[in-house]
Amino acid sequence: MEIVLALGIGVLTGSGVYLLLRPRTFQVIMGLTLISYGVNLFIFSMGRLRIDSEPVLVPGIAATLANTADPMPQALVLTAIVIGFAMTALFLVVMIALRGLAGTDHVDGNQDTEQGSVPRRKGVSE
Amino acid sequence: MNELLRWLDTLLDATMPHLVAAPILVPMLTAALMLLLGENRRRTKAALTVVSGLIGLLVALALLRWVNAVDTGTGAGSIGVYLPGNWRAPFGIVLVADRLSTLMVALTGVVAFAVSIYSTSRWDRAGVHFHPLLQLQLMGLNGAFLTGDLFNLFVFFEVMLAASYGLLLHGSGRLRVQAGLHYIAINLAASSMFLIGAALLYGVTGTLNMADLGIRIARLDAADRGLVHAAAAILATAFFAKAGAWPLNFWLVPAYSAAVSPVSAVFALLTKLGIYTVLRLWTVLFAPDTGESAQFGQEILLAVGLSTLFVSALGITGTQRLSHLAGYSVLISAGTLMTAIGLGQPAIWAGALYYLLSSTLAASAFFLLIDMIERWRNAGASIAPHENAGNAPFLSEDLTAIDNVNLDDEQQALYGRAIPAGIAFLGLAFVMCTLLLAGLPPFSGFVGKFGMLSALLDAPHIPPAHWSFLALLLLSGFLTLLALSRAGIRHFWTQPMSSMPALRAMEVLPVAALLAASVALTIEAGPVMQHASATAQGLFTPKAYRDAVLGARQVPNPVRREVGP
Repeated sequence: MEIVLALGIGVLTGSGVYLLLRPRTFQVIMGLTLISYGVNLFIFSMGRLRIDSEPVLVPGIAATLANTADPMPQALVLTAIVIGFAMTALFLVVMIALRGLAGTDHVDGNQDTEQGSVPRRKGVSE
Repeated sequence: MNELLRWLDTLLDATMPHLVAAPILVPMLTAALMLLLGENRRRTKAALTVVSGLIGLLVALALLRWVNAVDTGTGAGSIGVYLPGNWRAPFGIVLVADRLSTLMVALTGVVAFAVSIYSTSRWDRAGVHFHPLLQLQLMGLNGAFLTGDLFNLFVFFEVMLAASYGLLLHGSGRLRVQAGLHYIAINLAASSMFLIGAALLYGVTGTLNMADLGIRIARLDAADRGLVHAAAAILATAFFAKAGAWPLNFWLVPAYSAAVSPVSAVFALLTKLGIYTVLRLWTVLFAPDTGESAQFGQEILLAVGLSTLFVSALGITGTQRLSHLAGYSVLISAGTLMTAIGLGQPAIWAGALYYLLSSTLAASAFFLLIDMIERWRNAGASIAPHENAGNAPFLSEDLTAIDNVNLDDEQQALYGRAIPAGIAFLGLAFVMCTLLLAGLPPFSGFVGKFGMLSALLDAPHIPPAHWSFLALLLLSGFLTLLALSRAGIRHFWTQPMSSMPALRAMEVLPVAALLAASVALTIEAGPVMQHASATAQGLFTPKAYRDAVLGARQVPNPVRREVGP
């Protein structure tokens, strides 16, 4: 189980970083989303991976971490998911605004920078 | 004055330790109130801002008085600890007002108050919800300074960042949206790293309370130490990106110069939050008593600080635009502080904390001043020339001055004219900002740098790191002076004075107040330096911090209800 989860987190984060470094805003937002998935899984896994452990305290079972799942990372991951989701939504708005203002979906708002040429110093204003 | 102090004492007696939460709650409630008001109720919002700013300042002063009081056993003179959920640390979230936190909260209060007044002159009309966003930004900053819990720190970072995204985009326009996109992407990536680091620390130590983390790291097995160090490195990367450390700071200058000027002035605080977090976590997590982990990563911190200082000192000479100059001066201050922290000596930290106050006030004042200068120089069009990024305002394309620049409208050479008050104010304020940022006497920038330098040289054997810091500190000061003098000459002397600047009291007063605060810092250098030294000592030996946080007890339930009638 550890290997599967570790591979999953690795693949998600790796793909996320690759997409984050791409020149299109849509790829960037997909990259950020994948990274946040990877991070959320990672936080979750910090509570240790166990099967069949109680999620809540049950009468008759000693209330130690040996018998129950650690609730702390679950609370953390919930917070992280909410914040990450809100920030992604905000990023989406900014991305669409830039698409509208610049007329291109390049992250620099300028198509010319893509071919490795020196960006024009001026003249981009419409 | 004595009346005020007595009043503050009464306030403290009545409200401690609950007052520790006030710097977070007051801006939050103000923002909530403002959201209920319509966009056209500008005057009400401005009044609310001023009231909230005043309350924030008074609270910060009271807290400063609390932590600096003589310890009489009644609680004053110790670290103020507040348990928001009435769960004792390390199980619940804890707010801690020690010397460093209260100092930062007070600094935030001063800068935010000046900025919010400045913005009422016109910038708050450039978009919607300026004042609520500013208040939320304040709440996030104060919360991050006061919290004693690592994950809570993340949450307050996000509050602060969410507000800063809105503020950066305030006024809209292509340049801002573009800079905003980069800024958000960088910060989202940095936040992910923050989460990884925090989760990893929790996974290894089983706690998120900063004071408790320090104790547990000291007791760790050698096998687990590597993981803690990895977590610390990941966390540090996130904070370096926010503090503007090279090579993670390429976003900073475009973003700060694209934002409207009151926003840039507040943003000068955001890099200081990154610095604060590095200082706080490094001293608590890797205190000298944490065994093998003591002062982990010192070489990296030093290397990053020195390279930031070097690169930004070069950067400031490579630009002609005032807002870029201000952005680079923020970076220079970040590099200086990071190196000073990395040297790991309380005496140097004391000078650095003083320098932090001075450089933040100066940078904020400079951002506000730039707004007035550029509006004057561009004949009221304050946004237009910025659209062509990279061009200095009112210069021809190859950066040579326009012909006949030293003549007035009647082609008369400009000698021996009476200087109108507005220009005199702008010019003098510019000179003062230059002196403050370059660290020249007689103002507080010099005192701060002198404090650091004298502590650097106060050793029988001076290691090479100290020499390189000394050299770079002097070099960066000289290059700042060079760059700002050049900009000053271009803006004030080589231009025909086509019009007098039209300044409003709402704009002049905040800048004057920020500069007056630097002057006060210079005059009262003794007490401030004492506070800074005590802060640095407290950071170097975090036992008092740990004891205060972990020793705070819950308040018993005041009402014990009887069961049944």
